[in-house]
Amino acid sequence: MIDIVNAITLLANYIIVPSLAYGSQLALGALGITMVYAVLRFSNFAHGEIMSFGTMISIFMIWLIQSLGISIQPLPTALLALPFSIIATIILLLGLDKVVFRYYQNQRVQPVTFMIVSVGVMFFLAGLIRFFIGTSKKNFDDGERFIIKASEFKQITGLAEGLSIRTTQAITVIVTLLLVTYIFWFLNKTKTGKSMRAFSDNEDLALLSGIKPNQVIVITWVLVGILASVAGTLYGLDKGYKPFVYLQLVLPIFAAAIVGGVGNPLGAVLGGYIIAFSEAFITFAYKRFLTYLVPEEWAPQGLVQMLSTEYKFAVSFVLLVIVLLIKPTGLFRGRTL
Amino acid sequence: MKKIIGVPAIMFMLASPVLAEDIKIGISLGFTGPLESLAPAMNNGAQMAIAEVAKSKSLLGGSNVVAVTGDSTCADTAAAVATGERLVTAENVNAIVGAMCSGATQAVLEGVAMPNGIVMISGSATAPVLSTVEDNGLFFRTAPSDARSAEVLAEILKEEGYKSIAITYVNNDYGKGLGSAIESNFVAGGGSVTINAGHEENKGDYSADAAALAQAGGDILVVAGYADGGGGTIIQESLDRGSFETFFLPDGMYADSLTKTFGTQINGSFGASAGTDSPGDATFKSLFADAGHEYNVYAGEYYDAAALIMLAMQAAGSSSSSDLKGHVMDVANAPGEKIYPGELAKAMKILADGGDVDYVGASAVELIGPGESGGSYLQYEVQNGKFETVKYR
Repeated sequence: MIDIVNAITLLANYIIVPSLAYGSQLALGALGITMVYAVLRFSNFAHGEIMSFGTMISIFMIWLIQSLGISIQPLPTALLALPFSIIATIILLLGLDKVVFRYYQNQRVQPVTFMIVSVGVMFFLAGLIRFFIGTSKKNFDDGERFIIKASEFKQITGLAEGLSIRTTQAITVIVTLLLVTYIFWFLNKTKTGKSMRAFSDNEDLALLSGIKPNQVIVITWVLVGILASVAGTLYGLDKGYKPFVYLQLVLPIFAAAIVGGVGNPLGAVLGGYIIAFSEAFITFAYKRFLTYLVPEEWAPQGLVQMLSTEYKFAVSFVLLVIVLLIKPTGLFRGRTL
Repeated sequence: MKKIIGVPAIMFMLASPVLAEDIKIGISLGFTGPLESLAPAMNNGAQMAIAEVAKSKSLLGGSNVVAVTGDSTCADTAAAVATGERLVTAENVNAIVGAMCSGATQAVLEGVAMPNGIVMISGSATAPVLSTVEDNGLFFRTAPSDARSAEVLAEILKEEGYKSIAITYVNNDYGKGLGSAIESNFVAGGGSVTINAGHEENKGDYSADAAALAQAGGDILVVAGYADGGGGTIIQESLDRGSFETFFLPDGMYADSLTKTFGTQINGSFGASAGTDSPGDATFKSLFADAGHEYNVYAGEYYDAAALIMLAMQAAGSSSSSDLKGHVMDVANAPGEKIYPGELAKAMKILADGGDVDYVGASAVELIGPGESGGSYLQYEVQNGKFETVKYR
């Protein structure tokens, strides 16, 4: 019996807790991408850099707040900085919309043109961010680091396996839960949310029934701004901020959005968790896990690893290809790309 | 009146055997990318040698020499080649110092240096493959190959009493070469390796990598990666999950940013990097500090790389790469007067007078075989949250 508890703790420590946090960060990112796709009808490659921009503002605000001597220990100062970062990101997005995206919207250009425009915006933002904050890694987690440490857990429970939960991981999951719930409530219950969904379903019909397109677009960017700055800040809080990484983050985020069904908010959120968990489950070495569960003489000699971690990157893309082949609209009926 | 001015001018021109010219040396380093925190010190090292020679006006009959920098990025070989191309074709550099990481160095060597016949001296590219790669005699390095480092590293691990190790390496020329070389040397010495797994640089999340390493187990985790990249993050994950407490840190991890992040958490972790206790090293470090620069690993090797290029130019009596490439080994090795950092002007004079120099420099340069440093190593350990040098070997 104790062996089974040990095996479960092992999985929780190495797969479930980290993947829940990573999955939440991907889910928030994918939700932002999916909303842009649903309402504005293009794949926004600049999303990673928008997240990075939000994080940058958070860091600047954290420095300011710290210099004023304000702190909310044991919670990280980042939570105080978040509202400012959200506002700045929304202003940035509305500015970009006015200066760049609106022009192409009015021209009614092909989605592919729009996508290239977003790539341009991505490079512009990447340069801007590096110009302001530099390229070096910054850790801005100043709160209590652990809710429970592996060694403490072992002491309390007397188990052979430890379980550690970082404060940032818990914050990530809780904030994601609150934000996603709010977004779903907004989309399904409020009048503005309903008009957004109508606009997404059929633009012309929505216009005929008196929905103001400008209002819908502005609200979409506001929501995307909230999602992106929160996702970016949580990610940076959990893993350290490095501008370079946010560019790479776009790939798993897109994979998550597409696997879940692009344009479908529920699909985006679940897609984030699916990508995070599949990466961890497939590359995990089950040697110790099995050793707990099977009789001693059956204990495996090798690592019992399905795929070496070098191929971790490939997992999300294999998944993506399988989903696109079998169910091109994604698991939750989005649009085809 | 005109004649009076003209005569000394003619006399001066006769006195100098070579016509003074503007010489450009390209410095191509990974200013952005996974090793960006190390690049500034390397750049300052190379710049210092160039400034020293420029100030003395001793190179090739008072020629002016300037540095042109470029970003080789470390991980993005296409960008490294584009930068090299710019340095050679647009800036017309005479030779290149760099590139920084092994993959970028090989790409620039094959894509830019060889087609254009430009000499390249790297102070930090350590992949074993660069010893055997075709280079038309154009490539040298003041850092030793990882094949040699791995022998030393495996020896240190054994001496410290470790029997089983887990290895994670950054999946590029540097990491892969170092990882497998440590494995083969360690196993040959009677140790066991529980896992030897690669990790990609600049990934969003490393929990899966850290989990696989933790499951394999081992007394110590060898992190053949980059301090500011995946290597640092894997240490973070391993500490958080409680899977490893001590880490073996090769040169890519020997950065102050690592100890700044982890502090006393990684006390007792150790490793080794190219380094020397030759008097040149101390001289270089004090000169470097006087110039207001912050020292970091390989700064001295880059000082030496730039110095070797200029000494070879002087010995060849020409600033062109095709002439100087044959003289790099001569100025680096015995016989000749030993030259330490800060003595470049003296060396230039000796060479101009037809003498011979044996450049020692900051890193005790002795080029062997295919034009690479034989290498001396410094062993360090994290004590009280800081890297402390334990001994030289």
